[in-house]
Amino acid sequence: MQNFIDAYSQVNLNYLLQGLWVTLEVSVTSIFFSFIIGTLLGVARYVKVRFFSAFVGFIIDLIRNLPLLLILFFTYFALPNIGVRLPVIPASIVAMTVFESAMLAEIVRSGINAVPTGQMEAARSNGLTYTQAMLYIILPQAFKAMIPPIVSQFISLVKDTSLATIILLPELTYHAQIIYGQNINYMIPMFVALAVLYFIVNYALSVASRALNRRLSSGIR
Amino acid sequence: MFTILANNWSTLLSGLGYTLMASLIALVGSLVIGTLFALMEISAHRWVAVIGRVYVEVVRNIPLLVITMAFYVIVPTYFVQIDGFTAGTIGLTIYTSAFIAETVRAGIESVAVGQMEGARSVGMTYTQAMVQIIFPQAIKIVIPPLGNQFINLVKNSSILAFVAGFDLMYQGKIIANTTFNTFDTYLAVGLLYLILTMPLSYFMRHLEKKWNVA
Repeated sequence: MQNFIDAYSQVNLNYLLQGLWVTLEVSVTSIFFSFIIGTLLGVARYVKVRFFSAFVGFIIDLIRNLPLLLILFFTYFALPNIGVRLPVIPASIVAMTVFESAMLAEIVRSGINAVPTGQMEAARSNGLTYTQAMLYIILPQAFKAMIPPIVSQFISLVKDTSLATIILLPELTYHAQIIYGQNINYMIPMFVALAVLYFIVNYALSVASRALNRRLSSGIR
Repeated sequence: MFTILANNWSTLLSGLGYTLMASLIALVGSLVIGTLFALMEISAHRWVAVIGRVYVEVVRNIPLLVITMAFYVIVPTYFVQIDGFTAGTIGLTIYTSAFIAETVRAGIESVAVGQMEGARSVGMTYTQAMVQIIFPQAIKIVIPPLGNQFINLVKNSSILAFVAGFDLMYQGKIIANTTFNTFDTYLAVGLLYLILTMPLSYFMRHLEKKWNVA
């Protein structure tokens, strides 16, 4: 018990929260970029432009089937080999964004697929162009259905930022490791703290997603 | 890239073997544990259901790395000596079991309630109805997401690189550190991962399409 009290000293807690801040920073930035890129890629794959869509689809499949850890290694350790040198935080954000964009693209594509084809036909026959129909009719409906899978993807993203400890990104897990590295008695308290902090962030996300989903779906039916 | 592959093929292959082994062990383990917790979640006893629910929610929301590191550093310090491969595989199993529990629970729940009532009313016990009526129907719904979980497992097993688990990622890291040719090495490692995961994921997509039509 004394271990816990000592481990959660003001200094250590501040240090952990600093780590949490970096975790959130990297997560939110990657979420922002991958949401935009993922939507574009998802639509590009959906529209079935010859060769182009198939090519985009292939790249998405390639990235989705690689471990994120490998992509992280690639951006941080392999790219300098061909002259691209990124600092730790941008490298983490780039790796996360590349991986999550591919994941989101698949979610977006299946979300668009789930919108009944009649919607597109009706929009077009009312005189909307394809782009207008996509932007104002199809995507808003698709996004509504996509909220749960997108949020669970964001939850994985928050969890996955912990992998960046391997390139020494000063995020939550890394800071906890440093603290228990100094005093072995702090090991269990630190893992408890990690579990609690990650749980709070991610559980809050999933509760928010459920609430949002209820509010948005209460309109239909 | 091909020189890296040619010069280090035995190391890389052994890494691939460890990756596959960890994934398979974790798949079997997490299937067993996941199904158990899924059954707990749908149990009629309130407290059993609550325990199942809490386990799934807690494990799902904690990073795999944290779970794995906990086994890697806490268990040897306070309990028994275990190597990186064991710790990594246990971590993978625990982490994946929460996702499998969710999949299995959704599968069971998607089998209409009437099936259970029907089975019970013709005199089957709860266990008989589960095993002979519900599971066979649920399995078809559950197989495609389970396949996707297995692909995730193969990818996630790269976590073993953190705990010296001799897997593909770990061997890749060592080759990169000795040859200094990081670019080609990680391309080669990526290629090997894709050889494992790509066919699987296309097969799963095919299966999903086929069974959706049926």
